[in-house]
Amino acid sequence: MKSMKRKIGVFTPLLYVGPAVLFLLVYQVYPALQTVYLSFLDRRSQSFVGLENYKYVFTSPTMLRAFKNNLLWLVLFTAGTVGLGLLFAILVDRVRYERIAKSIIFMPMAISFVGAGVVWKFMYAYKPTDAQQIGLLNQILVVLGFEPKGWLLESPLNNLALIVVGLWIWTGYCMVILSAAYKGIPKELLEAGQVDGANDWQVFRHIIVPEMRPALTMVTTTMLVNVLKIFDIIYVMTNGNFGTEVIANRMFKEMFQFANTGRASAIAVVLFVMIIPIMYANIRQKLKGEGAR
Amino acid sequence: MTRQKLKAKMPQIVINLVVILAMVLWIVPTLGLLITSFRPASDVVYSGWWTVLTSPLKFTQYTVENYRMVLSSGGMSTAFRNSFVITIGGTVIPVFLAALAAFGLSKLHFRGRGFFYALIVFMLVVPTQMTFIPVLRLYNKLSLSGTFVGLWLVHTGYGLPFSIFMLHSFFQGLPDELFEAAYIDGASLWTSFIRLAIPLSVPALASLVIFQFLFVWNDLLVALIYLGGHESVAPLTMRLSSLVGSFGQDWHLLTAAAFVSMVVPLIVFFSLQQYFVRGLLGGAVKG
Repeated sequence: MKSMKRKIGVFTPLLYVGPAVLFLLVYQVYPALQTVYLSFLDRRSQSFVGLENYKYVFTSPTMLRAFKNNLLWLVLFTAGTVGLGLLFAILVDRVRYERIAKSIIFMPMAISFVGAGVVWKFMYAYKPTDAQQIGLLNQILVVLGFEPKGWLLESPLNNLALIVVGLWIWTGYCMVILSAAYKGIPKELLEAGQVDGANDWQVFRHIIVPEMRPALTMVTTTMLVNVLKIFDIIYVMTNGNFGTEVIANRMFKEMFQFANTGRASAIAVVLFVMIIPIMYANIRQKLKGEGAR
Repeated sequence: MTRQKLKAKMPQIVINLVVILAMVLWIVPTLGLLITSFRPASDVVYSGWWTVLTSPLKFTQYTVENYRMVLSSGGMSTAFRNSFVITIGGTVIPVFLAALAAFGLSKLHFRGRGFFYALIVFMLVVPTQMTFIPVLRLYNKLSLSGTFVGLWLVHTGYGLPFSIFMLHSFFQGLPDELFEAAYIDGASLWTSFIRLAIPLSVPALASLVIFQFLFVWNDLLVALIYLGGHESVAPLTMRLSSLVGSFGQDWHLLTAAAFVSMVVPLIVFFSLQQYFVRGLLGGAVKG
């Protein structure tokens, strides 16, 4: 066998792998290391300030607000996307119009977060009580006899309103991946459960969930990383005003609005450190899947 | 009562209701946007878009004036062109380089390839936020910020880890014997890459191209960082988000602008959905 293998020197592989590695060094490895270094320098990267920037990240009210909001996002967005995605994945399997239902729920994944932001900003549009409402949600409130609400203005309601937009975008992604995994469960296994007299809940709890664990881990970790990096929705809909700030938006503001390189770098590093364990679990799952093929 | 009846079975009617409700919830927001974009400004201010549903076929209540406005004075036509230029370069370059690298990493036996592969997988972990400041500084030094070339290269740098990861796992599935046979027949390495590996991986490449295309087309953050305030090179997402600020409550214009930014991804999505899904699954659960 060995003699049939092509003989290659050191140079040939470099022609194939080299360009990509060069890009990674310039656009990822070097900048990431540089960012860690910059996080210990002042706003203009001129003098060393020790942990000053990190102290700001973990103690300033603005940053604490952002962490709190991100935590709210983390819990509600992740539980919502994965939970609804799983529910839809199982339910659409039992209707005849499965394809169209999936297409519709998956569609927001195709459009930009900016586009989705405008779509929902319009849904949330607010007019005073005596004026004709043009936002659907406030119209529904008025019809039901309630006062219209400033969905994006009142905290903490606005955070929930933004999270709903996130759910609308990402649930389809979870559904598509979980649906593929659900269809991979051997039919005999599900039927065996029913023959043994288990009800839908028991089948779900003891057969479906354990069988889908790899896909669930994959999807959950992907959503966790997404939520930590969430930026566009907030940038377009509230720009972090009215108490809706999140970590990624803070970094952007420190970078451009306040031109504080030190703080922006420290925020990036903290974000990175939070992402590491989640991505580790995510990639391990992906590599495992690859090995199993 | 029999045992059968005690079982908590979800009746078919409930399943249908839940799925249909979900479909309605998912389609109504976009429908509202689409309808509003075709209504005259005076109507949009005084009545909700749902009022047209009472007589949806009365065509006199629709207009394309909003589209004419956003495409001319709203700057959406320039942004449309910019989005295309940015997205084509930002898709072709990373996919080509990823194919080269994935081929090298999966089909060439050389020292250090395990290390290179591990490096690439590790790069999946690094959030782009970690790279913004140093890369932007480099770009300012090289006058690459605010240019299409700069954005192509940065999308290449950011898109490569995932692209290589996905293609690598596909190339691994191609039998080595095929490439050994090509070698015995005297094919050069380049020939077996171009004539063998590439044609065999068309499905994976198509998925990746669509994935990267939508990713770059829909990107806002990377464009904001590296294009600065340059209107002349701004893609649709950037233009739209600045219109949200300047048009504020002019919903007839905002909705039309939003739809302009969505039309290409929607066409790609609905015509090539199978590839898109396969691309997602390629990066997720393996079939």
